[in-house]
Formats: sequence, C-alpha cells, structure tokens
Amino acid sequence: MTSILAVDDSASMRQMVCFTLKGAGYDVVEAVDGVDGLNKAKSQAFDCVVTDVNMPNKDGIQLIRDLRALPNYKYTPLLMLTTEAGMDKKQLGKEAGATGWIVKPFNPEQLLKTIQKVLG
Amino acid sequence: MSQFHQVFFEESFEGLDVMESGLLSLDVGSADAESINTLFRAAHSIKGGSGTFGFTEVSDFTHVMETLLDEMRDGRRQVADGTVRALLESVDCLRDMLGRLKGAEPLDQARIAQTKAVLEAELAGAHSEDRNASNGLPATPEPIGADATDLPGSAWAIAFSPHRHLLKTGNDPVRMFRELAGLGDLKVAVDLRGVPNFFDLDPEECYLSWKLTLTGDVGRDDVAEVFDWVENDCDLAIYPLLKHDSAAVVAEQRQGEAEAVKTIQAAPFQIIPNSAEPTAHEDAKPAAKSAGSIRVDIAKIDHLINMVGELVITQSMLSLVGERFEAGKLDQLRNGLTQLERHTRELQESVMNIRMLPVSFVFSRFPRLVHDLSTKLGKKIELKLIGENTEVDKTVVELLADPLVHLVRNSLDHGIEMPQVRLAAGKPETGTVTLQAYHRGGNIVIEVKDDGQGLDGAKLRAKAVEKGLIGADAALSERQLYDLIFLPGFSTADKLTDISGRGVGMDVVRRNIQALGGNIEIASELGKGSTFAIYLPLTLAILDGQSVAVGDEIYILPLGAIVESLNISEDRVNRVAGKGETFHLRSQYLPIIRLHRIFQVPGAKATKLTDGLLVVVESHGVRCGLFVDDLLGQQQVVIKSLEANYRRIDGVSGATILGDGSVALILDIPGLVALANQ
Repeated sequence: MTSILAVDDSASMRQMVCFTLKGAGYDVVEAVDGVDGLNKAKSQAFDCVVTDVNMPNKDGIQLIRDLRALPNYKYTPLLMLTTEAGMDKKQLGKEAGATGWIVKPFNPEQLLKTIQKVLG
Repeated sequence: MSQFHQVFFEESFEGLDVMESGLLSLDVGSADAESINTLFRAAHSIKGGSGTFGFTEVSDFTHVMETLLDEMRDGRRQVADGTVRALLESVDCLRDMLGRLKGAEPLDQARIAQTKAVLEAELAGAHSEDRNASNGLPATPEPIGADATDLPGSAWAIAFSPHRHLLKTGNDPVRMFRELAGLGDLKVAVDLRGVPNFFDLDPEECYLSWKLTLTGDVGRDDVAEVFDWVENDCDLAIYPLLKHDSAAVVAEQRQGEAEAVKTIQAAPFQIIPNSAEPTAHEDAKPAAKSAGSIRVDIAKIDHLINMVGELVITQSMLSLVGERFEAGKLDQLRNGLTQLERHTRELQESVMNIRMLPVSFVFSRFPRLVHDLSTKLGKKIELKLIGENTEVDKTVVELLADPLVHLVRNSLDHGIEMPQVRLAAGKPETGTVTLQAYHRGGNIVIEVKDDGQGLDGAKLRAKAVEKGLIGADAALSERQLYDLIFLPGFSTADKLTDISGRGVGMDVVRRNIQALGGNIEIASELGKGSTFAIYLPLTLAILDGQSVAVGDEIYILPLGAIVESLNISEDRVNRVAGKGETFHLRSQYLPIIRLHRIFQVPGAKATKLTDGLLVVVESHGVRCGLFVDDLLGQQQVVIKSLEANYRRIDGVSGATILGDGSVALILDIPGLVALANQ
C-alpha cells in the first residue's frame, strides 16, 4: 500500500490529514515534529511526506533538507503545509528540496487532489 | 469536518494558555528568540486550524496577531509593553471567541472589532514597508493565471524545459503531463537535444525538454497551476493558440489583471464587523475550562488496558471452573473470586484515576490574574505556585477555580499592603502570594497564603458589633472572629474597590466549597499575613464507607469520619432538658444523635442506649456520637447524587446502590449535627 508520513505539531490538523488520507486508502504514519518525522522516515520507506512548516524541535524546512540528504528520499515527493501568510517560506522550502506545497486552509478534497497529483 | 472540532478547540485553548504564560514571562526589551517563536507557533496553529475547520472569524483575527508576532520574530519589531498588553487582550478575546464558537453562541463582534483595532494600531506602529501586511491583507496573489483569461475553447502551446536538478525536487514531468492530459487533449513532443553523450550522462539529472499542445475547455490558470511548483526550476512559456496569438498581448493583459486583482482583493477586508449586539463581557464569560472531554496521561490508559486484560483472564478462568463444577474445585473457585475482587477494585481505581487532573489546570490562570491586578493596584507582588502536579478529581478542579480566584483577589486587594507601607513596616517591598496544593489524609488541601497585613480580630469584632451580628460583649475565640468574614454582606475593606467586593462575598466562597464536601479554614497573624486553607475530598464520585444498620435501613458513613465505635453505659450519659443528650467520653461531652429518631426509622432494634452502638464521628472539627443498631461491613461505594435523582435532604450527602440492589443513604456528618441542633 502507498504509505504517507504526515508531520504536524497540531493534533487536530494531523487527525484531519490522517483521516482524509486513510479514507482514500493510503497507509498513514503520524509524526509530531521534525525530529519525530525524521526518525520515522529513517525507519520506514514512505512514498510521500506531508509536513507542516512551523513546528517545535525541528521545523518543516529543516526536515525537508534532512530528508533530501537521505539516499532513500532523493526523489520522494515532499510536500509542505503552509499558510498564505507564510508564502515567503515557499521559496525557503523549495531551496530545501520541497516538491510543492499545500496552502492552508484546505479541505480534504484539496488535500487528496494534491496527494494524487504527486503519487499518480 | 466537525469530527475534528473537539480536538481543535482543546488544542487551541491549550495554545492560548501557552501564549498567555509566554507573554507574561516575556522580558520586555530583550525577549529571547525561542519564546517568541513559541508564541508565533501557537498563533499560527490556531490560525491554520481555524481556517481549515471553517472558523474564518478566528483565522482573520489570528492573522493580525500572527503578523505582529512574525515581526517580533524577525527582529523587525521590538518587544514593548504596549505590544504585550495588546497581545494579552487578544488572547482573552480569542478565548472568548473560541468558547462561544464551541458552544455555538453568537460572537461578541464589538469586542472582536475593538481588540482587533488595538492590535492593528500596534501593527501600524511598524516600519512603513510592512504596512501592507498590517492592514490584514494577504500577499497579493501572483498575477499569472487570473480568471480574466479563462476563455473556454482555448488551446495552449507550452514550452517546458526543466532545469537539470528538477527530479531532485521530487517533481516528475510524467506526472505533470498526466495531469495536463486530464484537463484536455494533450500532445507531447520531446526534445532530446539536451541529452549529452553516454559517458557524460548523470542519470540523476534531467536533460529533456518538451513542447506540448493542450486543446480543450481549459483556462490559463489551470495550465499554470500544473507548473506551479516548478516555476523556478524550469523555463516555461504558455501561449494561447486560438483566441490570442501574440505573446505580447498576453503580457500586456497580465499587467492590467494584476491591478484588477489588487482592487478586488482589497475590498472584502474593508468590511467592518457589525457591532449590532454588544453584549456585556462580564456575564458572558465562557466556561473555557469546563471541557466535556478530558486529556489523559497515556500511562494511565495503559494501566487501564492492562487491568481489563487481567479481568478478562480471570473471567475466562472462572467460566472454565463454572462449566464443569464439582465440589473439589471449590478452592479454585474461591481463588478466582478473590482475584476477581482484586482486579475489579484495581480497575475501579484506575478508572477513577482517569478523572484526576493536576491542579495546575486551575493554578495556571493565576500568573495572569496577579500580573494584571498588581499593575492595577500599584502593588508589587510575586506569585509562588507549589504542588501544581497534585492531582484532583476533574469536577473538583473545575469548581475550585472560582473560589480560588476570589481568595487570591482578596489577598492582593486586602492582604498585601502598598509598597511604601510594606517598607515602613520593615517588610520587603514585594509581597508574596503562595498557592499551594498537597494531599493530607483523604483530602486535598489548597492554601492561599500571603505575607500581607493579616486579619485584624479587633476590627472584625467592631465591624460585627456595628452591624449587629454579635453582641458587644460576645466572647469569641480568634477563629470564631475570623469566621465572621464568611457571614453574608460582611466586608473588612474600609472602602469597596472594583477588584474585590464585587457582589460575591466570602459567604459564597464557603458555600461553594461546602457544596463540594469541603471546608475552608483561616489562619492569620496581624502584620504577618493570612492563610486560607481549603480542604476538599479527593474525589467526588467514590467513598470508603462503613455501613451501619438502623432498624431495617442501612446507612453509609464516610470511613474517614469515624473516630471509634463503642458500647456505652447509661451512667455516662447526661440529659439536658430540651437540649438532648450527651455522652461523656474521656473529658469530652459528645452530643448523641439517635439516627432512628432523626430519620424516623421504624423498627429500630436498639431503642435503649445500652443495646446499640455509639459511633463517634468527626468532620470539619465537629465531633458527635451517632447511635445505631449495629455496624455492618466496610466497602467502597459509588456516590450517586440525590439532588439529581430526587431532591436535597438535610443530613444526607448522597446515596449509593448496595450489592443486593437496594439503595442506602450516605450520611453527611456536619449536616446531621445541624439537623440534631434544630
């Protein structure tokens, strides 16, 4: 099954992302921040990573940078969840190796559409 | 989406608490980056969540806070007192908004508009280059792909040459083409000219470029959106084929659109919230803390699951014994039953444990309260919190908040003196208020202690005499004098301030605490300070009880209240005409309360004192002897509220259901004493 790693420090956001993706038949693993996300990404191969940007311990930009440096995640789609106010982060994310972004607020359909876009 | 609301609200309230305490501990002038970051993250999370879950008013509001915090984070804005105050107000306002949204109540638009205006005024104080953000405007969207070029029946020519590193961004041209193909009829022509000779080829790089034509009912923005993520990772050109055939025209149009987009975007943000129904803040405070759900430590859940596992094993063992039972298996059955009893009890304990919350849930609001009040009063006050991790039943925690707020306000207002008065009295300028929680016996004790001026017994007495509450020559102990402040309408303040004495008095505090089955005690020393100690039962739902028989009835006595039980002889009983009877127990005279008389129980076996038992009980400093027929077993009982199911009865604190299904009343000792005195 296609597996996705969802990294967000907000439990409600995580729940929503998970619920949506699981409902669409994806296998989803949750992580609470960048450190947790990186550990989980190392222990299991994911087909896609969706990460929040603002998080304690390790933010989403650094997580993307660290993931891209791992051989397993060279080509993996890495998506960041960002808000319209955080658009300047987009460029930082791109430089770190992000594939693309999902702009908050989003609804489940938009999320699925974006995920399907990268997972085909 | 509504299924996530509960978690969103909980998380947001937590975020607000984090912001509040963060703001309070922020060093004006030299705030460290991490504290500001934490504040920003909290605001950002609430904004993201509220936007996603459809609470646009909240996300609009938090947007302004976020912008302000963002400027602080980037060092573009100094942390000033005014900013912190504005942010604290916003936290309050947000808490109110979320509380109302949670309860599906209408928002206080006037308050929101007002708080937002204060925030925006703060923002406006920033550098002019940030003005755009300070108006609450989102960044103007990129002009590419505005709706104006959304011409149906279009066809597009696309020249797409990815930069060589494109694959390493996780983007894949094949996926993008598939997406385009989903929009219309796609023709793809690959250009291989960029591919080097085999030996120079790096398999991780992308050397190909493409010419595509897309025909169909597609707008430009749909096409552009596919390439949105790779904008800077490729050379891209999108030309309309049918309607427009000159790239220059398109470029010109883009300029015009960009202007149009700006004006359209600006409009909705100028709508000023309608303040048609300004409701008073005071009476509309949402009970933000009384969440219907509870956050439980995972270790507690694990233990609970373990216990259930044990219980299931015991059950299956018992059913095995029961299936083919023979006399020889009696020991096995007994063992099983003992195990069952142990596990049931443990399970019950761990379930009760789930309801336990640390008192920090209540304590956490006090730093803010003390901060605000001391500023208002012009006093210097340090707040100490001790024993915040002490756990109390959720209901107790929730109901404790109001009495504690009252006591702390009192300490600040009446207890702690003004700085110059303190200095003159040889005390440190800064007063200390200590909130402490700890366990003692079956109780939790919560103390509010200050090093202020203390209670003045003489003054209290004079006031009470003046009000005609006591006679001028009444002999009162120190403690009885202090207790005067619990009388309705009694105030020690020379003049009422708007901080304490706002209608709710100490009588209400005491009543609230007593309603929880607790008690409040005062210790004070003139000039040194006062301590208000609240004693509360650990949990409200369960009780270690002693069952006693009176006639055909069974009553439950709280085990903790029982001092001893004894047979009595007539020669130690004194009868006072009209005042009842007392029992002489070791230099003390205890009033005897005959339960069968008080409750008019028919068929009491012991009508003569020598036939029954006297149970000596003590509660909240009152001792008395309860006369019953006999003592039965001890057991834990689950307390059911009588008020909820029937009505309040004097002398009874609740009821429980016994093993045989009958109902037994749980006796309320102070209530019984009061009843017997009537």
